[in-house]
Amino acid sequence: MTFKEQNPIYIQIAERICDEILEGRYPEGERLPSVREYAIQVEVNVNTLVRSYDWLSQNDIIFNRRGLGYFVSVGAAEHIREARRKEFFQQRLPEMLQTMQSLGISLQEVERAATVNPAL
Amino acid sequence: MITVNDITFGYNRHHAVLKDFSLDFQGGGVYGLLGKNGTGKSTLLYLIMGLLRPSSGSVQVDGMEAAKRLPEMMKELFIVPEEYDVPHITLREYARVLKPFYPNFSDELLHRCLDGFDMSPEVHLGGLSMGQKKKVYMCLALATNTRYLLMDEPTNGLDILSKSQFRRVLLEGMTEEKTIIISTHQVHDVERLLDHVTIIDRNCVLLQQPLVEETEPINLEELFIKTTDIRNRTANL
Repeated sequence: MTFKEQNPIYIQIAERICDEILEGRYPEGERLPSVREYAIQVEVNVNTLVRSYDWLSQNDIIFNRRGLGYFVSVGAAEHIREARRKEFFQQRLPEMLQTMQSLGISLQEVERAATVNPAL
Repeated sequence: MITVNDITFGYNRHHAVLKDFSLDFQGGGVYGLLGKNGTGKSTLLYLIMGLLRPSSGSVQVDGMEAAKRLPEMMKELFIVPEEYDVPHITLREYARVLKPFYPNFSDELLHRCLDGFDMSPEVHLGGLSMGQKKKVYMCLALATNTRYLLMDEPTNGLDILSKSQFRRVLLEGMTEEKTIIISTHQVHDVERLLDHVTIIDRNCVLLQQPLVEETEPINLEELFIKTTDIRNRTANL
């Protein structure tokens, strides 16, 4: 796993786990790899992964069953999507609108480009 | 706990590598030992092993004088030097020779570590490349399950894939009871593994602190440059 500069590693790993939940790799109600297993997988100190899992628990994306490990919360995927939608409108969209304004790109142009985009 | 108390050591009478130097490793977790070339990192590891003796001061491992190399200390201490020779026997035979000295030796862990490097216990140690030798030796080192494990430039001579395997193998062999001290210049190879960082100079510890991220990732290279640079500037005043 390569890490970007901006966010702490523990947040980046938590975001990666969120991506994997959205992709369906860890279905709701099912057990996640142990902190240790995941640490080895991403080649990072176990204590960093403890913080990632704590962060995900605090955000109700996963929960701990004493002695059994961590499980994906019911509704986790919807929860993640909602949080990311909020982030899109509060952070990314204003940034994008600013870029559009400085480059003189109109909403119509973007719409046209979007309709022919194979990603949609 | 490893206690280095006010030691002076030099390989000859005219030049002290470490001078009036003190440092503690409280123990538990992975320590990164950093310092510019010639600041005594490897020397410090050999002093902890009791393979070198300070001309003054003392080095103690769990209260035992390192230079005495008592069996109670040696069974909890292992070093992976930067370069070394291995006997011309198979790994399995070598493990059998080492085992009686290390009561917590784990064959199971040895095999897991070897698996991590895609190596077999049947490998013959004669005729291995430097990198291969290093991998084998690190597997043995982790399998001894000593409380303290010292590694001098462990990623030197490893290719890119092997470096990644090294990190996994190290995490595989790490437990809460262990203290691993890694001396290195290759900060990027190990920085995500570390619990603590220690930066030394010839006569002092420039920095020793836990590595805990706050709002951004820790950049060990930056931290190292900043720490040693401040030292340079104040030394010139």
